[in-house]
Amino acid sequence: MFPSRFAQNILPMNIHEYQAKEILKSYGVTIQEGIVADTPDKAHEAAKELNRETGTEWYVVKAQIHAGGRGKGTVNETGSNGVVLAKGLDEVMPKAKGIIGGTLVTHQTGPSGKKVNKVLIAQDVYYPGANEPTEYYLSILMDRGTGQNIIMASTEGGMDIEQVAENTPELITKEWIDPSVGIQGFQARKVAFSLGLSGIAFKGMVKFIHSLYDAYVGTDASMFEINPVLKTSDDKILAVDAKVNLDDNAMFRHKDLAELRDLTEEDPAEVEAGEHGLSYVKLDGNVGCMVNGAGLAMATMDIIKLSGGDPANFLDVGGGANAVTVEAGFRIILKDPNVKAILINIFGGIVRCDRVANGVVEAYKNIGDINVPIIVRLQGTNAEEGAKIIENSSLKVTSAILLKDAAQKVKEVLM
Amino acid sequence: MSVLVNKNSKIIVQGFTGSEGTFHAEQMIEYGSNVVGGVTPGKGGQSHLDKPVFNTVQDAVNETRADVSIIFVPPAFASDAIMEAADAGIKVIVAITEGIPVKDMMHAKPYAKSKGCVLVGPNCPGVITPEEAKVGIMPGFVFKKGRVGVISKSGTLTYEAADQVVKAGLGISTAIGIGGDPIIGTSTKEAVQLFMEDPDTDAIVMIGEIGGQYEADAARWIKENGNKKPVVGFIAGQTAPPGRRMGHAGAIIGGKDDTAEAKKRIMAECGLYVVDSPADIGEKMKEVLG
Repeated sequence: MFPSRFAQNILPMNIHEYQAKEILKSYGVTIQEGIVADTPDKAHEAAKELNRETGTEWYVVKAQIHAGGRGKGTVNETGSNGVVLAKGLDEVMPKAKGIIGGTLVTHQTGPSGKKVNKVLIAQDVYYPGANEPTEYYLSILMDRGTGQNIIMASTEGGMDIEQVAENTPELITKEWIDPSVGIQGFQARKVAFSLGLSGIAFKGMVKFIHSLYDAYVGTDASMFEINPVLKTSDDKILAVDAKVNLDDNAMFRHKDLAELRDLTEEDPAEVEAGEHGLSYVKLDGNVGCMVNGAGLAMATMDIIKLSGGDPANFLDVGGGANAVTVEAGFRIILKDPNVKAILINIFGGIVRCDRVANGVVEAYKNIGDINVPIIVRLQGTNAEEGAKIIENSSLKVTSAILLKDAAQKVKEVLM
Repeated sequence: MSVLVNKNSKIIVQGFTGSEGTFHAEQMIEYGSNVVGGVTPGKGGQSHLDKPVFNTVQDAVNETRADVSIIFVPPAFASDAIMEAADAGIKVIVAITEGIPVKDMMHAKPYAKSKGCVLVGPNCPGVITPEEAKVGIMPGFVFKKGRVGVISKSGTLTYEAADQVVKAGLGISTAIGIGGDPIIGTSTKEAVQLFMEDPDTDAIVMIGEIGGQYEADAARWIKENGNKKPVVGFIAGQTAPPGRRMGHAGAIIGGKDDTAEAKKRIMAECGLYVVDSPADIGEKMKEVLG
């Protein structure tokens, strides 16, 4: 996605659309109202409640997953799209049935899709009236180049913003916000004018932008993407969708927001790794690796590729490589049936290599049946002692000290 | 002379009496760094590791004439510590702390700049000038004295590169771990500038990662300024899949311009010596310096 190019390098915490909208609303941002439901029955009840609150007679049933492209995505089991319109209360339950519990595949989920546990029953905001409803694009994110937040807006709402940036970059307005003074009135007006608005809609958009920026700063967000922002037929400004990423590092001061994390949306192996203080990302290759430090871990993945293999994972054991973390790392890597070899690459600084070596030997013995060759490359503090421990262990483990030797050994075991 | 820190640096430790601060201050003192004291609010007047503890950085500066500070303060209070150091007139601030909220750094970085000081990090291994001063958490023995400057976003990869340079029979003038966070005090380009101006540095190792524009900016600056010293470059993350977070904050691929391939291409076009394998950094440097 386009904003990620700017928002990169911030540990993002994703939340659902319905949660994002609740947050926005609490800051005074006007939203398309909705009620979340996790069964078709509750969806029906939610629609009735929504009718009482807003008077809406049509309803939008929206799958709640952490991925975009839901409207065009398809639920494997039923063929339903991820976002559908129910033209009347009696249509809500069957439409919800077609989505809840199903597997939604969109261009962002990958072919295996994501299980839908909840739907948002939302009011219909595209009702006819004096003017045509019009969609806009609005986002706020951190621009790493300037170290400032940037507001991006476009008249091309509801479109793939990356395409807009590629083909018609002049249709995207950018406004940088000085963090020491925050957003100023002229900036919000500039953005609203750039969207060609006037009258009530213009005033509504200015207020919308101010509230949105307050919400962004107030929640320690790393990205807000509102696509589309809608001008209704009666000139109201509403957030119809909301993608919100929060800065994981700031969650210590937002305990309420931290609770919004939905672990069912995350990879179970990655969650398990996190519980052990490891950072793990599964990949599709055949050589597992375990490394201390993210940069060295990526460099090690590159070495695996250059040696004729493909990295099966990224795994950073961080600063505390010991028997417990090494064993946890082994177990996570070994769950992947594609792994044909494992390369452990530790540069000992504060962590002493002899301790890491003992940790490897101990973990190996605890697990018992490791049937893939393991190459252990230890460098830095007490590297020689570490190598001796590995060599004298009588396990199916080879040791290396230089990185290029490790690369050569990976090559040999793959041949 | 080297850059940023040397044997004349008077160093204080913020977060001195905490476990991290204590451990690394001890290591720094053992290495021979001139640690003149530390700051822990509320513990002023005490002594720790045989050095005086101060309540404020201002007190420490007044008493010790400190000009360098290293920060081990927990993330929630780290940006405050950075600004306190800048306000007290510290010239070089090295922020080790990992996990500082982006919003906090958005304020602390311009503040430090407005006070005219150099901020390195946060989320970095620090700065070392071998045989003179270690202001960081790196294993000092890896860094033997010499005339190659090292710049890197990540900790252990910095050690790896330095080790290779040393094993190739060369040595390090200064190594700067600039950190991998979205907002860092000293960019790759600024670190390169320091080394280009340093009479004791003959060549530079520049190690980057996927994500961001820092390496491309640095490479273009190097070319515009006439490639005065040879630069060996490596970008980690050629095999990292797009759009995924790789462990620490620095390592995400965002768009098509900041992939490893794109960065390496730009670096090569700008006259840098780019290696594909991280195992070849030392040998390449040796070959370049012939």
